[in-house]
Amino acid sequence: MIAARVQAAAFDMAAETARLTGGRSDIGAVVTFTGHVRADDGLTALLIEHYPAMTQRQMMAIAAEAWGRWPLLGGSIVHRHGRLLPGEAIVLVAIASAHRGAAFAAAEFLMDWLKTRAPFWKQEERGDRLHWVAAKATDDAAAARWTAGGGTT
Amino acid sequence: MTIEFVYFAWVRERIGIGGETLDVPAGLATVTDLLDWLATRSPGHAAALADRGAIRVAVDQDFVMPDAPLGTPAEIAIFPPVTGG
Repeated sequence: MIAARVQAAAFDMAAETARLTGGRSDIGAVVTFTGHVRADDGLTALLIEHYPAMTQRQMMAIAAEAWGRWPLLGGSIVHRHGRLLPGEAIVLVAIASAHRGAAFAAAEFLMDWLKTRAPFWKQEERGDRLHWVAAKATDDAAAARWTAGGGTT
Repeated sequence: MTIEFVYFAWVRERIGIGGETLDVPAGLATVTDLLDWLATRSPGHAAALADRGAIRVAVDQDFVMPDAPLGTPAEIAIFPPVTGG
């Protein structure tokens, strides 16, 4: 299964990977992705809000979708919330499979759907100025390519 | 019908509260009808709901389209398009 969780604390990618592969000899590929806060245009922090009652449910649904689409052997999705500083990691996707093709594809799919279906909102902090990040059409397009009929959000 | 409303990001800021429990009048057929009614409650509600293309709605934690039948939900969430990841 793919475990999904939301937390304020930092995560340890090496520990997440070790948890997937520990004691197993059937896993031939682990693909990991971490998204980080960029200090674009003087950004001092990123504030991440979410809808707890829906977030966990959406992340589990997205994970289940990936599990059904590719022959996977395990995975972790971790998304942080709260106030994150430039350089800090926001999101982690780690996917294990027998071969790299499924692991690469599933990791990319999970990120595309997380960005467009999981109820998180980013606010950019620059000193005392705050600005809500607008959704990008390019993210919608990236998510829609996994669905024959296009996106639903 | 009593519904729990929750608001996020700039929808929350414009309405001025994170959520509220409201007694919703009978006869609202769709999600759009509900939003039309909600927008009449205060200038903040009106401002938050003015641009329907800029908001998304979840009914009992699932995304819905504006023309979806309202049904008898327990919780309605209103928020901008999501920007996580």
